[in-house]
Amino acid sequence: MQSFKKPILSLMALLILGLGLNFGFNAFIQLQAKFIIINMILAMSLNLVNGYTGQFSLGHAGFMAIGAYVAAYLAMNWNFLPPELSILSYLLFVLVGGLVAAFAGFLVGKPSLRLRGDYLAIVTLGFSEIIRVALLNMDFLGGARGLAGIPGLNSFYLDFVFSSLWLVFCFFALWRLIKSSHGRGLLAVKEDEIAAEAMGIDTAFMKVKAFVVSSFFAGVAGGLYAYFVQFISPGSFTFLHSVNVVIMVVLGGMGSMTGSLVAAAIITILPEALRPLQEITGVDLRMVIYSLSLIILMILRPKGLFGELELPEVWRKYVRRSA
Amino acid sequence: MQDFVQHLINGIGLGSIYALIALGYTMVYGILQMINFAHSDVYMIGAFAAYYVAKWTGLEQHPGVGSLMIILVSSIVVCGILGILIERLAYRPLRKAPKLNILITAIGVSLFLEYSGQVVFGADPKVFPDILMDSNLFNLAGVEIKTLDFTVLTVGILSVLFLNFVIYKTKIGKAMRSVSINPSVAAMLGVNTDRIITFTFVIGSALAAIGSVLVGMKYPKIDPLMGMMIGLKAFVAAVLGGIGSLSGAVLGAMIMGLSEEMVVAYLSSTYRDALAFGILILILIFRPAGLLGKYNVEKV
Amino acid sequence: MSDALLEAKNITMQFGGLKAVDSLSLAVYPGQLAGLIGPNGAGKTTVFNMLTGVYQPTSGQVFFKGTSVAGLRPFQISHLGVTRTFQNIRLFKGLTVLENVLIASHQHVKYGMLDSFFQTRKFQDNEKGMRQRAMEILNIFGLSDKAHENSASLPYGEQRKLEIVRALATQPEIILLDEPAAGMNHSETHHLMELIAQIRKDFNLTILLIEHDMKLVMGICENIFVLDHGVKIEEGSPSLIQNSQKVIEAYLGVEDDL
Repeated sequence: MQSFKKPILSLMALLILGLGLNFGFNAFIQLQAKFIIINMILAMSLNLVNGYTGQFSLGHAGFMAIGAYVAAYLAMNWNFLPPELSILSYLLFVLVGGLVAAFAGFLVGKPSLRLRGDYLAIVTLGFSEIIRVALLNMDFLGGARGLAGIPGLNSFYLDFVFSSLWLVFCFFALWRLIKSSHGRGLLAVKEDEIAAEAMGIDTAFMKVKAFVVSSFFAGVAGGLYAYFVQFISPGSFTFLHSVNVVIMVVLGGMGSMTGSLVAAAIITILPEALRPLQEITGVDLRMVIYSLSLIILMILRPKGLFGELELPEVWRKYVRRSA
Repeated sequence: MQDFVQHLINGIGLGSIYALIALGYTMVYGILQMINFAHSDVYMIGAFAAYYVAKWTGLEQHPGVGSLMIILVSSIVVCGILGILIERLAYRPLRKAPKLNILITAIGVSLFLEYSGQVVFGADPKVFPDILMDSNLFNLAGVEIKTLDFTVLTVGILSVLFLNFVIYKTKIGKAMRSVSINPSVAAMLGVNTDRIITFTFVIGSALAAIGSVLVGMKYPKIDPLMGMMIGLKAFVAAVLGGIGSLSGAVLGAMIMGLSEEMVVAYLSSTYRDALAFGILILILIFRPAGLLGKYNVEKV
Repeated sequence: MSDALLEAKNITMQFGGLKAVDSLSLAVYPGQLAGLIGPNGAGKTTVFNMLTGVYQPTSGQVFFKGTSVAGLRPFQISHLGVTRTFQNIRLFKGLTVLENVLIASHQHVKYGMLDSFFQTRKFQDNEKGMRQRAMEILNIFGLSDKAHENSASLPYGEQRKLEIVRALATQPEIILLDEPAAGMNHSETHHLMELIAQIRKDFNLTILLIEHDMKLVMGICENIFVLDHGVKIEEGSPSLIQNSQKVIEAYLGVEDDL
C-alpha cells in the first residue's frame, strides 16, 4: 500500500545502518546506538504530551517502568515459542507492556488532566514515584534487587532490527497522528483550551488520548530497555529519568518530532562525550554541567534546537535562505 | 498514654519543621505562581552552611544557646544570599515566559545544587555537630520534654509568629500581599515589585535555613540529597493547606507531621514516605485548592 | 412548546456574592438577527458564556431547539449547532489561518486515528474536502491568500474576521458574535454589517450579537435585548429601544432633580 512506502524505506535505511554498526564498530558504540533508539521513542512520545498538547508530564519513567516489568515478566515466565522464534514472542510482550502502560496512562490521565499545568506535573511525578515504591515492595518482581537474567535476543543486529521496527512504528504513528485532524485538535488544546472547546473539540478526551498514546510508547521503550540491558530495577526508573526525557524534549524543541530525534541522540551521547572532562578534573562534573546547561537553555533558547519546526522546515529556513 | 503524648510532641515538632519549609514554597507560589523546586536544596545548603560554620569557627566545641544563635544567623545569611542569586539569575529572566519554562528551570537549579553539593561536599553523609546538649528539660503529662524537642518547637513557633508579624503588621508585608494579589496594580501604586519578590525569596530561604539547622540538630546525618524527601513532604503540606495560603501551609504541615508520626508509630514505617505521595494525589484529585486555598478559575 | 432556536429561561449567574446575571429570559428564533446590548459590565459576555456552556447557570436553564443543555460541556453544545466568537480575540495564535479554520471542522471529521495512520482513501478524501471547504469560507471573507500565514500576524480587523470564519466552519445553526465590530472604523463596520447579512443568507444562520456600536445594532438587528447590571430591562425592535426611557437612563444615568 502506498502509505507503507516511507516507513519501509526508513526501516530499510535503518537496517543498513545497523549492518554497518554491527560489523564496523565496537560493542560500546553498538550499545549507544540501541540506547539512542530507546531515547528517541521516549522523547517523541513525551513530546506528544508536553510539546503538542501543552500538558506537562513529569512521570514518563513510571510508564516506562510498567512496560519494562511487564515485558520482562512475560519473557521470563510465559515464553511459549521455541528460541528461534523468540523475536515474535518478544514483539508480543513489548506490545502487551505498551498496552498495560497505556492503560495506566488512562487511569492517571483521566482524573488529573483537568488540573492546571504545574499541578499536573506534580501528580504525574507523584504517580511515577508511587510506581517505583510499589515495585520496591513487590518481591515477586525482584523488589529492590530488581529482575536479573531477563532473556533477550542475544545478538546486536537482532536487537537493532527489533528496536528499529518499533522506532519506525512510533515515528510514523505519531507523525501521521499529528498531521491529521486529531493532531490539530491536540495543538488547539495547547493553544487555547477555551477556544478549542467552543469550536467543538473535546479537550478532556484529547488530553487523555495524547497521554494514553504517549504512555503506550513509553511502555514500549521500557520493554526494549528490559530486553537490551537484561536487568531492571526500580532504580532504573526514577524522577531523574523522567527529567532526562523532559530535557530531550525541550532541547529538541517542544513541538518538533525530528527535534526530539536529534536531541535524543545528543543527550544519549553527551555523558560519554563529557567523560574526558571527568578524567582531567578527577571529579564527575557531568551532571553539574548538565543541569547548568538546562538552566541556560531555558533562559537563552527555550525553543530548543528546532522550536516547533520540523527538520525540512528548519533546513529551508536557515540553510537554503542563504543559498 | 505516655507514648501517645511523646508521639504527639514528635509530630508537632516534625510539623513545625515542615511548616518552616512549606512557608517558603507557598510564599513563592503566592507571589509568582511557580513551584520553586530548588527550595528544598536551599534548605540543604543551609544545613551544610551551619555545619561548616560550626566546624571552622570551632563552635562545635562550645555547645549552647549562644552557638545556636550564631549558627542560625550564619545559615540564614547564606541561604538568603543564595535565594537572591537564584531569583535574580535563574527566575527573573523568565518572568514573562510560559509557566512551563520556569518550572523546568527550577528543576535545573535544584539538580544543579544537588550535584554541585555532591561534588563540593562529597556525597557521603556528614555528622552535624552537637550545638545543644540534649537533656531533660521538664516534665509534661508524665513525659520528659527534651531540650532538642523544646528548641525545635520554640524556634519553629517563634519563626512562624515572626513571619506572621512581618506579613500582616508591616508595610513590606502589605506590599508582599498586594503583589501576590495583583502585581501590575501594585506596581502602579508604587510598589517595587522586583524588590518585593526578592524579599519573598529571602524570607522563604531564611525560614528554610532555620528548618535545616533544627533538622541537623535533631537528625544529625546530613547529605547533599537531604532536601528531596523533606522538600516533597513540605510541598505536599503546602498544597494540602492550600498553596498560596500562609495559614494553610502551617495547617498542612502540622497535619503532615502528625500523620507521619502516627503512621510510623502505629502502622508501619515502610509507609512513611508513601504517605506523602498518597495525600498529594488524593488532594489534587478531590480538592486541588487545598483546605484553605482557592482554586482560581480563568476568566473567559 | 416554543419554537425558539436558542432560549434562556430565568437564568441566573452567581459568583460568590455577586449576581452577574439575574433571572434573564430571552429567546432567539430561527433565522433571526438579534442583538444584546447594555452598558459595560452589564453581564453580556457572561450571558454568552452561559448560553455556550462555559458557565453553568446557578439557576434557570438554557434550551436549544427545545431541549435543555444543562450540564453539557461547551464542545457538546458546539456539536449541537451553537458557535461563538470572543470579545478578546481567541485565535490559535501559534497556528496558521487555515489551521485555525480546520480545527473548527474537526467535529465533522469522518475518519479515525487508524485511518490517518494508514493514510486510507477515507482520510485523504476527508482532508481534501475539509481544506476545500475551509478555503471557500476564507475566500468569502477575503482571507484565502493568507491561508498559510501565521494567524497572529494578521492585522486586527482580519483577525476578527478569521474568528468568524473559524466559527462558521463548525457548520452552526446559530452564531453568537461578541463585539465583532470592536476596534473597527466606520467603513470597516459598514463592511462587517454587509458581511453579517450575507452570511446569514448564505449559511442559513441565526445570529445573536453583542455590540456597543449602535449604528450596527440598530442597522441590522431585528430584535434587541437590553441588559443592565445583569437584568433585562427592555426588549424589542430598534425603534422601540431607541425611544425607551429605561434604556436611555441605563446608558446615560438618571437625571437628578435639582
